[in-house]
Amino acid sequence: MTRSSKIFRFVLKRLLQGIPIILAIVIINFFLLNMADGDAVDVLAGEAGSATPEYMAELRAKFGLDQPLPVQLLVYLKNVVVLDLGYSFRHDMPVSELIVDRFWPTALLMVSTILLAVGFGILLGLLAAMRLNTWKDAVITVFALITYATPLFWVGLMMIVVFSLNLGWFPTSGMENVAAFYEGWDRVKDIAVHLVLPTITLSLFYLALYTRMMRASMLEQYGQDYVITARAKGLTERRITFVHVLRNALLPVVTMAGVQVGALIGGSVIVESVFAWPGLGMLAFESLFARDLNLLLGIFLLSSVLVIVVNLIVDIIYSLLDPRIEVS
Amino acid sequence: MKQKLLDISDLYIELPEGSDRQYAIQNVDLELKQGETLCVVGESGSGKSLTARAIMGLLPEPHVRVSNGEIIFNGEDITKVSYERLRDLRGSEISMIFQEPMTALNPVMSIGVQIDEIFRYHVSMSKAERQKRAIELLADVNLPNPAQIMNTYPHELSGGQRQRAMIAMALALKPQILIADEPTTALDVTTQAQILKLIKDMQTVYDTGVLFITHDFGVVADIADRVAVMQHGIVVESGTVKQVLNNPEHPYTKALISAVPSLTPRKAKTISKEKVLEVKDVYKTFGGGRGLFGFGKPLRQVDALKNVTLDLYNGETLGVVGESGSGKSTLARCIIRLMDTDAGAITIEGTQINMLKRKAMRTWRNKIQMVFQDPFASLNPRIRVGDIIAQGPITQGVAREDALKRARELISIVGLDDRSFDRYPHEFSGGQRQRIGIARSLALRPEILIADEPVSALDVSIQSQILDLLDDIREQMKLSMIFITHDLRVAAQVCDRMAVMQYGEVVEVGKTKDIFANPQHNYTIDLLSAVPGKDWKGISSAGSAGKAKSKAKPKSKSPSRSKSPSKSKMS
Amino acid sequence: MLAFWHRYKRNRSAVFGLVVIVLVVLMAATADFLYPFDPFRLAGKPLSAPGTNGFLLGSDSLGRDVAAGIVHGAKTSLLIGLIATLVAVFIGILFGALSGYYGGQLDNMLMRITEIFQTIPSFIFAILLVAILKPSIYSVVIAISVVSWPGVARLVRGEFLSLKSREFVQACHTLGMSDLRIMLREILPNCLSPIIVIGSLMVATAILIESGLSFLGLGDPNIMSWGFQIGAGRTMLRSAWWVCTFPGVAILITVLAINLVGEGLNDALNPRLRERN
Repeated sequence: MTRSSKIFRFVLKRLLQGIPIILAIVIINFFLLNMADGDAVDVLAGEAGSATPEYMAELRAKFGLDQPLPVQLLVYLKNVVVLDLGYSFRHDMPVSELIVDRFWPTALLMVSTILLAVGFGILLGLLAAMRLNTWKDAVITVFALITYATPLFWVGLMMIVVFSLNLGWFPTSGMENVAAFYEGWDRVKDIAVHLVLPTITLSLFYLALYTRMMRASMLEQYGQDYVITARAKGLTERRITFVHVLRNALLPVVTMAGVQVGALIGGSVIVESVFAWPGLGMLAFESLFARDLNLLLGIFLLSSVLVIVVNLIVDIIYSLLDPRIEVS
Repeated sequence: MKQKLLDISDLYIELPEGSDRQYAIQNVDLELKQGETLCVVGESGSGKSLTARAIMGLLPEPHVRVSNGEIIFNGEDITKVSYERLRDLRGSEISMIFQEPMTALNPVMSIGVQIDEIFRYHVSMSKAERQKRAIELLADVNLPNPAQIMNTYPHELSGGQRQRAMIAMALALKPQILIADEPTTALDVTTQAQILKLIKDMQTVYDTGVLFITHDFGVVADIADRVAVMQHGIVVESGTVKQVLNNPEHPYTKALISAVPSLTPRKAKTISKEKVLEVKDVYKTFGGGRGLFGFGKPLRQVDALKNVTLDLYNGETLGVVGESGSGKSTLARCIIRLMDTDAGAITIEGTQINMLKRKAMRTWRNKIQMVFQDPFASLNPRIRVGDIIAQGPITQGVAREDALKRARELISIVGLDDRSFDRYPHEFSGGQRQRIGIARSLALRPEILIADEPVSALDVSIQSQILDLLDDIREQMKLSMIFITHDLRVAAQVCDRMAVMQYGEVVEVGKTKDIFANPQHNYTIDLLSAVPGKDWKGISSAGSAGKAKSKAKPKSKSPSRSKSPSKSKMS
Repeated sequence: MLAFWHRYKRNRSAVFGLVVIVLVVLMAATADFLYPFDPFRLAGKPLSAPGTNGFLLGSDSLGRDVAAGIVHGAKTSLLIGLIATLVAVFIGILFGALSGYYGGQLDNMLMRITEIFQTIPSFIFAILLVAILKPSIYSVVIAISVVSWPGVARLVRGEFLSLKSREFVQACHTLGMSDLRIMLREILPNCLSPIIVIGSLMVATAILIESGLSFLGLGDPNIMSWGFQIGAGRTMLRSAWWVCTFPGVAILITVLAINLVGEGLNDALNPRLRERN
């Protein structure tokens, strides 16, 4: 089997493995949400304040909520397949439309966070490992330790206190200054300025994580036999570090980057709610208190799919870095 | 007169504080001439590997460093040259190959790139030239399809092929000195013979001086011109190969050489006609991975055992000999029911034990026991020695006091100090641990003992002690034994009969003496001719004499703070 | 044990972490003595700056004492972190041990389940669980345990997988020992070190998750916690920075100290690392 067909089969296999996981997640979430007492009708009725039992029964019948659970689940599953995620009673629009609306802000935040965290994490970890036991290593290590222990929402609030309220460098919340009606490059610049604080906040924890991992991974690889071989061949330390050791050391960090995507999405709920960033995390938070079950289900499904997709991308990157991947 | 390449004099390597000794090596003098092979021989911990590293300037400084002496290479003292100069020398004038080619090669870089680096960092050649030279090199070391090998990764090659690639890399710039640190220890005996021949051939072509580090006197006999024997960091004896091997002077050298088992089989016992174990038409297949969807038929299968038929007679030792992958360990594990067979019958006293349910098998555990290979993995580090030995009888329903009493007896039978009883395994050396493992297997008073490579993880001087112990016990307790080994020398000294296995099949069975004198199957012939040092007649007499002497009951060993496994593998 | 302490104390930051944890535990244990009144009660003038009106660390918009909240919140954080971790470690050991020891179909099934739980974005899942079960100390513990066990399961599975093929375990099979005994007496004691290390680090993560949940208003409404204080203070960020700042510092210091101890345990329990340094 050639290498490219190996990689292709590997990716295909991972893709197929994702399907039952998505299915299982849909089912789990469906049952969990049904465990909650009170459904969307209760919420609607509660808000209206004057709903008669007859009217509520009518509403339930309209939404299919009077059907037995398995039937509801089957209907839901069927709908998911055709990408119909139901109707948000609260927002009075289809869930899929809502989600698509709010997806891009979150995607923007995630991508910039991953780039910042992984990129700088690798860089700092590498630097710390190369300058082992010097003040640079010490500073980086202490920095990583502290940020690794800081709650996200608190970092966000402190950022706002320092950089928005006191220094006035960045806006406190939102994704853009809607009232200014910027267009073209001005709008891009406006969004970029709004993006800075949320991105830094969300990435700090992961930056610390990748820094620590990269440092440990580099040190571990320095101890391997092939490094002695490389020295015995008369290669320069530069070549040994940047070609031999680096590539091996990246492997666990890349794997970890995939594993952490789920956590990153979770973190975005907090960061989006701190900075009023109009993404999925914020939407999930709102729908939670509105008991908007269909919407929550949709967001969970999407974020799970997102995790699987990102993991797939990570797998592809991994298979390019490591020739030892096995299809079996 | 050949030119002197290397002159090491009065070399000391200092170890970090808190090590078990201050110097890894002391007062070492060695010299190497063009085209000559110098073998440095020693057991683990003798400092032979660190000596080699020092020549390359590859000591793990600053913890371990040269504290005195000089290493003169062509008039230059390597211990004093600049880092830049050292880097120039490495790979171009002095090269090195290692014990474990799998870990010594970078797993994520292709063989071609790893060879190419040598050229890129030492000479200026065009890319096409470098490519051409690399392919030539791979062809020189007899790798098939050299152009294709360039694009493969280390994990895609076999152990022997990887070592060939390492050698190609080491010889790329025709270095004056090749340092080989146990380059064949991790390889099978037939592969070892090929690699040794390759090194010899390349040496003749390039007139390279080879510093060869080994623990195996058979290898020494095959390739050395001169020999230096090291013990605890000191060169205790050196001289030409003839002098040292045939007329060793230092007691340590004598002891080491006499511990090498002779290839002349010992006198076989008269074999009883009574079968205690029958293995008939046994098959075992390992399935590979599964298809795309996690089900469907397995992708590839390996026949670990094919149609294996063997009998074990009362009181004999039956050797099962073969290289890695021959299925010999699988056979042992199937007999003792650590693995299930796919087909066939394994019968003890008329009962087909390979078909018994787990519960029913439990009572049969009294009949058959096993001694394992790795003394560092075969004892639970968290359980005291006494309890480890008593575990079996207690599991089988013997009262705790009786089991512990029996354990005390066994500790003295296997030659350990009484105080060992309450200690933990990590306080013992490899040989002592193997004694504990033997005591455990005897606690159930088995009739059949399976020994799976029981001495292959031990130094040669310890090996003979353990083999003697097994021999004594077999006599005393009237055991029948299946002895799994890859080492034909050991087989010659231990086994009454032997079975030779290849690719899961038994290719030849017979009396040990007959097989050694007149092997029938081609593979057996290959195996026998690949044994290192087979033409070295000198030791056969010395060997058996030494053996007879050491036959006396092994001295009591008191547990000592032993070295950790990783440490003992250091050299 | 003494040897272990000797190795542990060589890592100075780990000793520092231990001291801090002991102090936090002391603070939590003496909370009712230091601030005998309900931390939710109005204790004085709202929005007093630190050091004024008898408030060491100031008061919030409802006149609640920030310092009292921190002292009582320590109890909540430590308790939830510890219990949630114990539950998660127990589930993880159960799944991992069965999976690694028996392998085959059982392993396949259990690992699929683990994989599903690892794929679900864990914090969102925790939010969901607490919301469904109604915010209370129990639902928070359950939610944290449910999202934390897969890591332990994978670790334990890996350890069991490698240990079960070790020769000392095979020797137990040849002696006729039962599976349960082999798992509990032979294998489990040999993987306690990594479990202790991951467990100690999980306490830190659990405290972070708990604070995140109560920040979003999903904590037990009757129990004071650090996350709740920060969540309640965020609207006054402009005028009363101290309400958010000090509880955050408390979280930071506690979590940092636990991480340091975890690393110290790792160095002291892991002989491979020891030799390298």
